[in-house]
Amino acid sequence: MQWETVIGLEIHAQLATKSKIFSAASTAYGAQPNTQACAVDLGLPGVLPVLNAEAVRMAAKFGLAVGANVALRSVFARKNYFYPDLPKGYQISQFELPIVETGMLDIQLDEDTVKRVGITRAHLEEDAGKSLHEDFHGSTGVDLNRAGTPLLEIVSEPDIRSAVEAVAYMKKIHSLVRYLEICDGNMQEGSFRCDANVSVRPMGQSELGTRTEIKNLNSFRFVEKAINFEVERQIEVIENGGKITQETRLYDSNKNETRPMRSKEEAFDYRYFPDPDLLPVEIDEAFLVELKKTLPELPDEKKARFVSEHGLLPYDAGILTSSRELANYFEEAVGHANGDAKQVANWIKGDLLAALNKDNLDIIDSPVSALMLAGMIARISDNTISGKIAKQVFEAMWGGEGDADAVIESQGLKQITDTGAIEKIVDEIIANNPGQVEQYRGGKDKLFGFFVGQVMKETKGKASPAQVNELLKKKL
Amino acid sequence: MHNKTIAELAQALRAGDFSSEELTRAYLDRIKKYDGQLNSYITVTEEQAMAAARNADQKLKNGDASVLTGIPIAQKDIFCTKGVKTSCGSKMLDNFISPYDATTVQKINDAGAVMLGKTNMDEFAMGSSNETSYYGAVKNPWNTDKVPGGSSGGAAAAVAARLAPMATGTDTGGSIRQPAALCGLTGMKPTYGRVSRYGMIAFASSLDQGGPITRSAEDAAMLLAVMAGFDERDSTSIDKPVPDYSASLNESIDGLKVGLPKEFFGEGLDDGVARAVDAAIEEYRKLGADFKEISLPNSHLSVPTYYVVAPAECSTNLSRFDGVRFGHRCDDPKDLMDLYKRSRGEGFGEEVKRRIMVGTYVLSAGYYDAYYLQAQKTRHLISDDFRQAFADVDVIMGPTTPEVAFGLNDKKDDPLAMYLSDIYTIAVNLAGLPAVSIPAGFVNDMPVGLQIIGDYFSEARLLNVAHRFQQVSDWHQRTPAAFE
Repeated sequence: MQWETVIGLEIHAQLATKSKIFSAASTAYGAQPNTQACAVDLGLPGVLPVLNAEAVRMAAKFGLAVGANVALRSVFARKNYFYPDLPKGYQISQFELPIVETGMLDIQLDEDTVKRVGITRAHLEEDAGKSLHEDFHGSTGVDLNRAGTPLLEIVSEPDIRSAVEAVAYMKKIHSLVRYLEICDGNMQEGSFRCDANVSVRPMGQSELGTRTEIKNLNSFRFVEKAINFEVERQIEVIENGGKITQETRLYDSNKNETRPMRSKEEAFDYRYFPDPDLLPVEIDEAFLVELKKTLPELPDEKKARFVSEHGLLPYDAGILTSSRELANYFEEAVGHANGDAKQVANWIKGDLLAALNKDNLDIIDSPVSALMLAGMIARISDNTISGKIAKQVFEAMWGGEGDADAVIESQGLKQITDTGAIEKIVDEIIANNPGQVEQYRGGKDKLFGFFVGQVMKETKGKASPAQVNELLKKKL
Repeated sequence: MHNKTIAELAQALRAGDFSSEELTRAYLDRIKKYDGQLNSYITVTEEQAMAAARNADQKLKNGDASVLTGIPIAQKDIFCTKGVKTSCGSKMLDNFISPYDATTVQKINDAGAVMLGKTNMDEFAMGSSNETSYYGAVKNPWNTDKVPGGSSGGAAAAVAARLAPMATGTDTGGSIRQPAALCGLTGMKPTYGRVSRYGMIAFASSLDQGGPITRSAEDAAMLLAVMAGFDERDSTSIDKPVPDYSASLNESIDGLKVGLPKEFFGEGLDDGVARAVDAAIEEYRKLGADFKEISLPNSHLSVPTYYVVAPAECSTNLSRFDGVRFGHRCDDPKDLMDLYKRSRGEGFGEEVKRRIMVGTYVLSAGYYDAYYLQAQKTRHLISDDFRQAFADVDVIMGPTTPEVAFGLNDKKDDPLAMYLSDIYTIAVNLAGLPAVSIPAGFVNDMPVGLQIIGDYFSEARLLNVAHRFQQVSDWHQRTPAAFE
């Protein structure tokens, strides 16, 4: 049977406010346990929450960026459950009236396919603390530094049909929140993570299958692997005559499998109700109009501009706008490279991204700056080096050997453009390979490449390929 | 010394008749002498009080004293007080030393008042007789076989017995007004949002409000002026200037339009209480007030609405008492569930558990709409009744309680009978309105309270109306014989 996968993602983006959502304590990561938890975060008797207006601004910015309805009135509710790292015994969240409703996001799947994913809602809530199960000799330690950190939970429609789409969607949201500067996107520190709701159904069936929820996926790779595992598992269960249990599952990255966390029988009744300690959040149209003016150029707008302004292919423009930093790098390099946008785009897409990926670096940490890349491209344009030699130059620059001119100078990579010198080598090659010359002249055209190769080998790749071609044709 | 009003004490301290140190010592001595009979204090902070008194004397000497400087006060044990046990009347917090001061406590301390200690109360303010306290029942100074009312029973008993010249209370369904009525005192519940709730241990957040318990409206005006005001740490506090409550006390009430809700004078009202209230109404007539009968047609919904809303909110407000970070923790928990179950099972008393269970039930999936949402709707109806009434009248008057103080243990095992003690006070909390209870006579030697309800932020008017009555009556000046 053919199966269709149905996925909805709940992404938790930690908002980049300085202080917590309901207290003045710092949100900085990595402090000693419980040193960034004030009376409010500890849930001491008598304390009250006060909403951080910056968190509201950030959530509203996100809403505007995904074309959603930003609610003029939203309400905080209490989500009740007991856990040691949840100090008040309830989490302050939004339930019936979230701040953002009904948005959407386009994701580019390949060169020809763009897919629209619906965003059901995005709501504000506070994070819980951390339970530390190691190092406490059978007990559990509680660190409340993270308690009260503002989160934006972004819930998608079940529009996603594969793990690859899920990753593309998650990457796009990741890029967007960083464009908006509302989240640092640091996945190692847990600033950006997601839960995936996964189900399968026979192809063509409109009714949804029973779903499971995979919790706390904190890397793109884990999202892909966990979903793929879960889809396989569900299909296998159903094909063997079993039924899917609606449950929460945990992904174990060491074993690459998902395991049940708690089943429906143990499911919580969260007893949501409006938090009487907080007034409804009321914003007005004027606020949204002003806020809209502060939005940066968003990925899709930038992408469209790169296509029209720089003549890039939409797919390439999509890659270059996948992060604000990468887009900035591109534009800076184009500026220095006299507008040779296609060449810059190709170098970034190819060698630069590959090198970054290999060394696990962000674009802002690239050893080859936009200025350096542009400098190298300028040397290709003025025929100082060939494209092939440029790869060598790039590698040297990556290795910290200075800019393109320095590398060309120190390694003697300057292209040989002296016709006399190349002609001399061409003559030698022809003289030393009479057999091949004979065959070529007898009609074996393919051997032309052999002669080019020999010349390049002799010149260590420094000869201008155009000149070599021209001379060989003449002499042969 | 102990029979002086706050205004008199303030004057005497300035005149040098006695020092705050002497005054404070006198009250501490009275507490030592008498509180064994009453159990009105959970904690007496003798050392801090004497230090604060000396500090106050210095301020008085330097001439930078405010009205309350050097005057002793008793804080209800629901208010967090830095470095002092804040138990909320519960075993759960018997070991809790608050690391911070409630905003109200801070303001009162800043005004130079001298805290004598923390007063007894129903556990987590849940009760109408002060019998649910982990620290034992409080006795009514007018008759120690009777209850003082609750939940601010300790505060009322202490002020009535002259073991403090003034006290703070909190009122969620009548917890200031009812004990004030039963102990012959003036007690005011301000408009919701008028007094900060920060540091006041929450019972039902949308209903709780702190206020003064004093002997007279004049005293209440002075204490409320310090307690009231916007607090940026309480999102439900309202940013509105605090009027000079004392300045308007003597304004004329000639032509005051008073509504008498027929629902407050019907079945269930004790005859003696009715007669005392009628007599008070006659006095008001002489002062120029005009009376008319009004109706609050949804009054009968108050108690049922309250006993959905208040337990719902308390059931989650009390979730933080889990034995993890502070408060009672059971011995040797086997695992997390055992820690929760035994810590909470041992730490909370019967009434608190009852309300947590009711509240959990009404918020549960499948019951939420039928109970919690329905209660929100009836709450609106109750507020609307008052809104319509205040279109016609300036204030509403009636009895504070259906009867005078009842006997200890009389209703202890009958929660429904107990809940009806607050039948006239609860609607005011549901609507968020201000109201004051003032002494209006006696029945069988026990005090009767007259409740005056005003529109939002009409505290100054209410205190004015109360004060004018107290100028032509002396009920508020009576002292229980055993504590003269």
